[in-house]
Amino acid sequence: MSESKIPEILETFEADLLSEWTQELANVNIRKGLIKEAELKEECREFLSLFRSAVGQGKLTNIQAGAWEDMREILNSISRSRSQKGFTPAETATFVFSFKQPLFKRMRQQLQDPIELSEEIWLATNLLDQLGLLTIEVYQKAREDVILRQQEELMELSTPVIKLWEGILALPIIGTLDSARTQMMMESLLQKIVETGSEIAIIDITGVPTVDTLTAQHLLKTVTAARLMGADCMISGIRPQIAQTIVYLGIDLTDITTKATLADAFLIALKRLGVSITPSQPK
Amino acid sequence: MERIPILKMGNFLLVTIQVDMYDRLAMTLQDDLTNRITQTHAHGVLIDISGLEIVDSFIGRILGNIARISRVLDAQTVVVGMQPAVAITLVELGLSLTGIRTALNVEKGMALLRSSLNETTNQVIATQWRADDDAED
Repeated sequence: MSESKIPEILETFEADLLSEWTQELANVNIRKGLIKEAELKEECREFLSLFRSAVGQGKLTNIQAGAWEDMREILNSISRSRSQKGFTPAETATFVFSFKQPLFKRMRQQLQDPIELSEEIWLATNLLDQLGLLTIEVYQKAREDVILRQQEELMELSTPVIKLWEGILALPIIGTLDSARTQMMMESLLQKIVETGSEIAIIDITGVPTVDTLTAQHLLKTVTAARLMGADCMISGIRPQIAQTIVYLGIDLTDITTKATLADAFLIALKRLGVSITPSQPK
Repeated sequence: MERIPILKMGNFLLVTIQVDMYDRLAMTLQDDLTNRITQTHAHGVLIDISGLEIVDSFIGRILGNIARISRVLDAQTVVVGMQPAVAITLVELGLSLTGIRTALNVEKGMALLRSSLNETTNQVIATQWRADDDAED
C-alpha cells in the first residue's frame, strides 16, 4: 500500500476540520446542558491533535499500538466523564463517529483517484470505528464498576450484627442467602463475637423467603464456626413453610437451638446468662 | 528444639500457643501434654490459640486428638481464643472438632473449666489441701 494521505490532510486542514466537526457535533447529538460548549470544543481539539500525532507516526491500522496510548487515555477519561454525566453509549460513541463526516469531505476534495480515495476512506473509517468502539467499551466498564461497587455496599449493608444485650448478638437476615452473602455474614458475625466477647448469637431468618439445602448448610457452617470459637448460636424466625422444607430436605438441626421468634430466642439467651427481666411495679 | 511451654495452674494445665504451629511442633505438644497430664494429675487443660492465624487440617486433627487423649486421662480440654478466620477454615475443612469445648477467651475458658469440674474436683481439691496441710505440719 502506498503512503497514506491522511496525515497530510489532517495537517493541512486541522483548523477547518475542528470547526466543522464541532459544528457537526452541535447539530447532531449533544444534548445542550449536559456538557459545556467550551469543554466539548476542548475535547475535540485534544482528540484531533492526538489523532494527528498518532496517525503521523504511521500506525494506521491498530489502535493498540504504543503511538495511540495518549489517545486511548483521553478517550478513556472522556468516556468515563460522559457516563457519569448521563450520556447514552450511542451519544458517547457519536462523539468519535461524527468526525467521519468532515474528514471524508476533505478526503474527497483532496484525493482524485477513486481507488485511492476508497482505500483511504476504508483506512480512516476502520480507525475511527475502533476508537468509537473503545469509548463504548470504556463506558460500559465504568457502568459495570458502579454496579459492582453498589453490589458490595448492598451486601455489607444487608448483614448488620446487632448487640441485643451484654453478651448477646443478633444477626437478622433479610433476603435470599447465597454463598457470597453467607460468607460475608459469617465473617462479620464471627468478627463481632471476638470484638464484643459475646457468648450467644441469634441468627434470625424471619426475612429469608426460602431455605434450600445449600442455605441450610451455610447456616450450619456458621453455627459450627461460632461454636468452635466458643460462642453459642441459635436460629430464630423459622417460618412454618421453612420448617416444613427443612424437615422434607432431611436437614439435621437437632444440635442447634431453634426458636420460632427472636423474642423467644432472646429470652432463652437471657436465661442462659442468668439475667431476668421483671416488669416494674405499677404506680 | 522449639517447644510450647505447658504451665501448671492449680488443677489445670495452661498451654498458650504464640507461634505458628508446624506439624513436628504439634506432635511434640501432644506428647508433652500427655506426659504432663499423667505427671501432674491435672483435671483440666486450657489451650489458648488466639495467636494462631493459620490452622490446617493436621493441626486441627491434633487438637481433636489432644482433647480425646485428655478425656481418656480424665482431664477436660477447653480450646479458647480461636480467630474467626481459623474457625471458618476448620469448618470448610469439615473439622467441627466435636468433643472439644471452646470458649471465647482465657477468662471464660477458666470459668468453664472450673464450673464443669466443680463437682468432681471439689473432692480432689479438698484432699489436696489436706495433703498440703499435712506437708506444712
